[in-house]
Amino acid sequence: MSHRIVPLAITAYTVTCAAGSGRDAFARALQSRASGLRENDFADWPLPCWIGRVAGVEAAPLPAAWAAWESRNHRLAWMALNEDGFRERALAAIERHGATRVALILGTSTSSIGETERTYRELGDDGRFDPSQRASRVHETHALGAFVQQALGLEGLCLTIATACSSSAKVFASAQRLIHAGLVDAAIVGGADTLCGSVLYGFNALELVSCEPCRPFDAARSGLSLGEAAGFALLENIQVDKSAPRLLGYGESADAHHMSAPHPQGLGAEQAMREALARAGIAAGEVDYINLHGTASRQNDEVEAMLVARLFPANTHASSTKGWTGHTLGAAGIVEAVVALLALERGFAPGTLNARNLDPACGPQIRIDNAQCAVRVALSNSFGFGGNNCCLAFAAGTA
Amino acid sequence: MSAVLDIGIEGIGVWAPELPDWLAAQSMFVENASSLAAPPPRPAATVLAPGERRRAPESVLIAVEAAQQACTMAHREARELPHVFASAYGDLAINDYLCATLARAPGEVSPTKFHNSVHNAPAGYWAIASGCTRASTAVSAGASSFGAGLLEAAVRVCGESEPVLLAAYDVAACGPLRDTIASRSVFASAFVLAPWSPRAVARARLQVGAGAATLAPLPSLLHASHTGNPATASLPLLVALARREPVSLRIAAAPSLHLNLEISF
Repeated sequence: MSHRIVPLAITAYTVTCAAGSGRDAFARALQSRASGLRENDFADWPLPCWIGRVAGVEAAPLPAAWAAWESRNHRLAWMALNEDGFRERALAAIERHGATRVALILGTSTSSIGETERTYRELGDDGRFDPSQRASRVHETHALGAFVQQALGLEGLCLTIATACSSSAKVFASAQRLIHAGLVDAAIVGGADTLCGSVLYGFNALELVSCEPCRPFDAARSGLSLGEAAGFALLENIQVDKSAPRLLGYGESADAHHMSAPHPQGLGAEQAMREALARAGIAAGEVDYINLHGTASRQNDEVEAMLVARLFPANTHASSTKGWTGHTLGAAGIVEAVVALLALERGFAPGTLNARNLDPACGPQIRIDNAQCAVRVALSNSFGFGGNNCCLAFAAGTA
Repeated sequence: MSAVLDIGIEGIGVWAPELPDWLAAQSMFVENASSLAAPPPRPAATVLAPGERRRAPESVLIAVEAAQQACTMAHREARELPHVFASAYGDLAINDYLCATLARAPGEVSPTKFHNSVHNAPAGYWAIASGCTRASTAVSAGASSFGAGLLEAAVRVCGESEPVLLAAYDVAACGPLRDTIASRSVFASAFVLAPWSPRAVARARLQVGAGAATLAPLPSLLHASHTGNPATASLPLLVALARREPVSLRIAAAPSLHLNLEISF
């Protein structure tokens, strides 16, 4: 059994997604139940579906100094870094601890493959990359980490975790271990994933994309809506700020079942949730809010609903927020960690937007409506292809 | 200098066309035996079910082959080991397929190729094949992917006081991606790492230090085509383990950070 971990303070955090740029805008959208989903309007990818597209990315080029890193994914990451004063907070932490003592651990699923797709559409007659693209450093998984490392002037550990839709949840676990081992004093974690042809047509080929806005946990749900997002969090020793919300625990597991379908009884998901509770040193009954993975796929929601009904008391408030953001894939972990942190900070628990009649598999924990309530402990679930699961536990600070 | 991570290396696996297993690697590194006359075209990867073995992309085959060898040598149950799979590029043939298909006929994207395109496909297939429900991680750190993966695994070994499987692999670029990605070879290695104990075949005392690490030259018998493959950053460690020579190695963990490994036997 996993033992209790030393909690970490989350001394800064931010997110940019279709439902809002920055914490205040996102919290307002959550509280007013304003969805960020819209009909797919990407001319290059004419699929009849709804998407969580972040407005203004096309009109926001990277600063000239970072032009070699141009991609939709890096633009979104840069936009997010500049929300909520996150970049200033990160730079101050780097100044305080030293550029080699702050780790950077980011999650992504598809990184900048949208840029690689574009380059393939524009190949020369010789079938080769345009010469201007040959020196580009965006065509690989680690491009996100490498870009943000440059943009923040970091000189220490820099890792990209790419475990599909659990990627930017697992970054919290790796950061906790590095800090606990004394290898770094702080960590900047987060992730970014952007809409691209690969994910739209790939999920479409798997028959997982709905033609309507996604309706997580609804009995008549018809699949997911894809989205994009970027977000970041700064993790430090709790002595730095005892009033800051805390990373209390994490659980990581594999289903060992199927590459793109969940284990029918939620074996791996249950293990991840139990490990997160054990590392946090809390019982299921102490959890006030759970942000579920809740993609609105037939299988995920059924399995996850049964699992929550089995593990948690009726008064636990659980919901999926993908009706606001869409499924942001490799960024889902950080987006939904931010939802959990907002719930702790602002005393409200979001419901499940777009759900009208809950699936019979849902217990009383899964709520359609928002609730104003004190949230002291919140969990966030993120599950990905390869049967890759992560659950994070957060708690309010003490002061 | 920071904390020392004291780990034991209990199992080793390797796969490249001219190095189908650790025995062949030892022969090459210790006795300068040249590569096999007729190298196997594909790894056996017997841990996979036959159907999956036929369909699996090359990155999956080489990574699980090396992983399986390492677990066998360590006498550890694969299903009990948290695992870290490290790769700079993932499966470049699938990326090439996806981008080419999207440019030509996006509606024809294969669902299987799509779910095999995730960076954690080898880790996912490994978990399924070995029945392992422990933590399963896939990481990338560009040219430093091996060192960064080694550190991720070593920190987990020391933090949880339990063995961890590390596999590092990269395949050759194909199609137009050859214009930006230098990898021209196929290489995988794997290690079962554990808190140091006498059952280990070697001890590695690992520290993080500031400053870059340059890649050591390849052993002379290995084909020069391997130079652009980030997974071959494990070769200096493999050579030291084969020769059983106490040695101090610097392995890149990030552009300006290295791991210092004190290897003893």
